[in-house]
Amino acid sequence: MPQTKCLRALAPDVRRVVTASLTLSGAVGVFALSFGVLAVSAGASIAQTCALSLLTFTGASQLSAMAVIGSGGTVGAALGGSLLLAARNGVYGLALAPYFGDSLGKRLVTAQFIIDETTAMHMAETDPRLRKIAFWTTAIALYSCWNLGTLLGALAGSAIDPQQFGLDVAFTAAFVAMLYPHLVRRRARLAAAIGGAICLIAIPFSPVGLPVLLSGVAIFVGVPASGDES
Amino acid sequence: MSWWLVVWLSLGAYAFKALGFVVIGGRTLPGWLERSLLLIPAALLTALVLKDTFSTGTELVFDERVLGLGVAAFSAWRKMPLIVTVVLAAAATAIVRAL
Repeated sequence: MPQTKCLRALAPDVRRVVTASLTLSGAVGVFALSFGVLAVSAGASIAQTCALSLLTFTGASQLSAMAVIGSGGTVGAALGGSLLLAARNGVYGLALAPYFGDSLGKRLVTAQFIIDETTAMHMAETDPRLRKIAFWTTAIALYSCWNLGTLLGALAGSAIDPQQFGLDVAFTAAFVAMLYPHLVRRRARLAAAIGGAICLIAIPFSPVGLPVLLSGVAIFVGVPASGDES
Repeated sequence: MSWWLVVWLSLGAYAFKALGFVVIGGRTLPGWLERSLLLIPAALLTALVLKDTFSTGTELVFDERVLGLGVAAFSAWRKMPLIVTVVLAAAATAIVRAL
């Protein structure tokens, strides 16, 4: 395969990062299929479904909006939950900003690609050069896969029942796989436990989208200076 | 569905991305904030996983998705590639639903 040969020519670290980015993007392409199917069955047109992936480009928010529309919610209700979910990208941007010293124009373009996956891939590396490579290979490959998958899923549309193929758990499974490496740190396990508990307790009492945002309170277990940083 | 949802969601999502990165970004963060920010994926991914597994809308539910979560957790623990974890979890859920 030409792709494998091309990857082999790169330094081992770069190859590892690029391989991880492409694997992750391929997997994301599979969920994009399920987003496309779910959006069309919720009442969005194929053009609207593709526009969401091209312009909004933040999976959890897109899915949450379609879930609300599909269950008969208003545009306002769909927006509320989705934007709350999108707020975490603002915090990711804050964490990423010190590593990107580009011009304003470049930063405005880069901002569109700040999502869970690009942030996670960036933060998983320690070397500044590898961090940038991880961010950009993930951004480009994932944007391509996400939009291609969305289009194919939207075209397949109502011909597929997402639940029948278990596609609704695809996002969950990917989140679990992404979560696992974080849990080696004791503080991260504590944040995960508290965040998860807050979310479950809040679900019956708050609008869709809010419980996930509330779980963000758990990150403040990071405030004390003592404890493990490994 | 209204195109306004697409417009407002896209503008709003981009505004959040740009706010942290372009408007506030570039400054050195205090240690306590940096340590806290690093915990975001752990807290939020856990919340997303639990929400997507144990709820439908604002209702807590317990259904076939729990098996999918179990399979995904086992697969991630065994350090399987991400795509394998996704396919195994989806397949397990689909099979149980078909029974």
